Amino acid sequence: MRRFPRFHPRRSTAAHRAIRAWRTTRVGIVGIVGIVGASVAGCGAGSSEPDAPSLEDTKAQALTTYAAIVRANYADSRSGAVDLRDACDALVASPSQATLDDARAAWLAAREPYLQTEVFRFYDGPIDAADSGPEGLMNAWPLDEVYIDYVEGAPDAGIINDPTVTIDAETLVALNEMGGEKNIATGYHAVEFLLWGQDTSPDGPGDRPFTDYRTDGSGTAANQDRRGEYLGVTADLLVEHHDYLVAAWAAETAEDYANVFFSGSHDETLTRVFTGMYLLSGFETGGERLQPAFDFGDQEDEHSCFSDNTHRDFIQDLRGVQNVYVGRYVRLDGTVVEGTGLMDVLAAVDAELAEELDARIATSLTLAEAIIPPFDQEILQENMAGRQRLYDLIVSLRDQADLLEQAFLALDLQIPNTEPW
Amino acid sequence: MMIQEGPSPLVRVLAGLPLLAAVPSCAPDDGTLTAAVEAGEELPGGETTHEFFVGSNAFALPAANATDAHEGEFFSGNSFFNAPWVTAPSSTSSRDGLGPLFNASSCAACHFKDGRGAPPESEDEIPVGLLLRVSRVSASGDHLGADPTYGGQIQPFAIPGVMPEARPRISYATVDDAYPDGSPLTLRTPSLTLDELAYGPLAADVQLSSRTAPVMIGLGLLETIPAERIDALADPTDADGDGISGVAAWQTDEQGEPALGRFGWKAEQPTVAAQSAGAFRGDIGITSSARPDEDCTAAQQACADAPSGGTPEIDDDILERVVTYASLLAVPARRAPEDPRVLRGKLLFREAGCAHCHVPSHTTGDEHPTGEPALVELRGQLIWPYTDLLLHDMGQDLADGQAVGAASGREWRTPPLWGIGLIPSVNGHQYLLHDGRARGVAEAIAWHGGEAEASRDAFLTMDAEDREALIAFVNSL
Repeated sequence: MRRFPRFHPRRSTAAHRAIRAWRTTRVGIVGIVGIVGASVAGCGAGSSEPDAPSLEDTKAQALTTYAAIVRANYADSRSGAVDLRDACDALVASPSQATLDDARAAWLAAREPYLQTEVFRFYDGPIDAADSGPEGLMNAWPLDEVYIDYVEGAPDAGIINDPTVTIDAETLVALNEMGGEKNIATGYHAVEFLLWGQDTSPDGPGDRPFTDYRTDGSGTAANQDRRGEYLGVTADLLVEHHDYLVAAWAAETAEDYANVFFSGSHDETLTRVFTGMYLLSGFETGGERLQPAFDFGDQEDEHSCFSDNTHRDFIQDLRGVQNVYVGRYVRLDGTVVEGTGLMDVLAAVDAELAEELDARIATSLTLAEAIIPPFDQEILQENMAGRQRLYDLIVSLRDQADLLEQAFLALDLQIPNTEPW
Repeated sequence: MMIQEGPSPLVRVLAGLPLLAAVPSCAPDDGTLTAAVEAGEELPGGETTHEFFVGSNAFALPAANATDAHEGEFFSGNSFFNAPWVTAPSSTSSRDGLGPLFNASSCAACHFKDGRGAPPESEDEIPVGLLLRVSRVSASGDHLGADPTYGGQIQPFAIPGVMPEARPRISYATVDDAYPDGSPLTLRTPSLTLDELAYGPLAADVQLSSRTAPVMIGLGLLETIPAERIDALADPTDADGDGISGVAAWQTDEQGEPALGRFGWKAEQPTVAAQSAGAFRGDIGITSSARPDEDCTAAQQACADAPSGGTPEIDDDILERVVTYASLLAVPARRAPEDPRVLRGKLLFREAGCAHCHVPSHTTGDEHPTGEPALVELRGQLIWPYTDLLLHDMGQDLADGQAVGAASGREWRTPPLWGIGLIPSVNGHQYLLHDGRARGVAEAIAWHGGEAEASRDAFLTMDAEDREALIAFVNSL
């Protein structure tokens, strides 16, 4: 069942056609005015309210708010990564249940701000630009566990148990990529695996003992020292990659992305921003992450499978969408970054659509918060209620993506394609 | 709004009153003649066409008319197309079984953003968007099959404990040539070598051929063009004497039934499902019920002994989702089909005979090649892929010597042209032809030989403005 008129395939095509015809007509008229003479240009300009900010001003303000949210969010995420690195260092220096628990808590805390930054993906910005973006080194999934450390049935597996491989940042970055994918050696999920271990338990997270890091001869598994080095290096790399992101958005030099971001027209920049929201909502979260888990009910087909933290992925990803839409981000220290939001831009052209999208994002967030962790139990075929909760979220995210499509159309946004070569 | 009066220019064009074709067609061509906009051509995928050019994601969207159920399956398939496969055993057990030998760890590694693979930029880079096929060819040109040690394809990667087969290297010799009007034309010819052969020498009589990963859009539509339509376009003996002898790639499928090859550079695969199962097995090392054996030869014991990710490694229902995904990846709308230069190029494209093989449009049927009903979104669509799906002799310069299925060593399937102008947006390059040797449309045309020689020459002898118009048209598709 389609839920919005716009979502019906035939009407959708008709709507597109109408809009295309409208655009063509407008171009035609501009062309004719150009030929006949531009003396009538500006006739319609007096129709807007004198006191209301112009649409272009609203766009400029919203983009300024967006960039401020990006900076604050990456700064918070960096601070989470620093705490995580320090906690990992403490675990390695003095392995105990307490230091392991602290490191796990630091990992969970670091994910909270990072996940909210995922809405800054998908438009070839600093995080995932084709050649330079560190996303694949920071957050790629699924992790190739056997490539890193021992797993059940393979006690000698992985880089950690291969003393011929030097463990340093350069090597791990180089080893992260093979066969065209960057998913195997570094990032949050590598750290997660090193803190929790494989999740082989039917109803709990992984259970790596802290003694995997004990180097006094009483440790478990082999190569505890190398495991500690690996953990330290990957956690440190996360900080390094955050440094890159913070610098890219700093707007200190002309090459910094923040300047590139503002160098195009407002519409080009808005298109990037809406593309991030659109693809994260429907394509990534509702589609690529939730749909297969729901579809197949495979217990470990989830992003944070070692820690059983996947439900937070959904919540914080969607909170990131909400942050940029309403123009309000609550920092780790409780202070608030806020200003004109994208919602204000959309409201200026279609107030009803703006409200509808606002309500939809809030509903999606509520539905994500309703997921009962662990996620890997919600998806099981026998958990009818859990599956219903996931289904409701998937449907809501599809609607959210549809409303975002309508926002593209309402604002007449289109990513300019590069010139044919 | 003030723009409601009268039909829009688009409507007038669709009503057969093209704005731009005002010059009578019998007038001498002084460079101003153009073709007309045709009804429906702005939506090359019919109702599946999407109109959101989300930058580098222009090839990644589902069919605009996808049902809810199919959209769900599309996204499940998308997940298994995009996410890397990992070494077995893994916590993510439905995603393990990579290799033991492989070209890439995911579909998307080669079909990056569902787009086109690129040859490596330097000799030192291990190719990912491109793979090397190996076959033995006798002195008299007879195809003798795969290499006994390495099989039919070189896999440059392997899981821990298994040796990668070899390190392919691609280098180019560039030749400075010129159009008849004196404008420069530089072409590059690839040469392929294999270093670090891990399992001993190749057979003495092997020929190497490189193949880039093609764009993924519109595959389900191509699969739904009725076989009779393709047969009707075929002219294996050139009975009409136009110098073009398209061959329909009929073959016998695994059930012993006749099947028309449609996919792959040599039209060797009859369905998206067969193509996908073949690529999972040959390129990623993922077995399926259709292709249950790993690609390990008798000389590769460690490969045969490596842990399996399950029997098969990709479950039937997951493979089905990937096939649905590949079948429903939408073709993007044309950007400016009414642009005068594009319409000039369209006329020249047809006059040069390009459309004899790059046949502009077809109407899809209601059935999948297996006789099952086609996906509902794909049925009865007027589509504009610019291909006849036939095999053509493309001349000695492009010949790779490899006879595959119905194709000889000189024959290639006409590739569809839709989306070709968006490859730079999606993939940051426009390396074309089977091995990516052509840097853009002009070079690709210049490489055409054999049956396409007359069309190529017509292009080369055009004045620069007309050549640009033809290229603008192709890039508008």
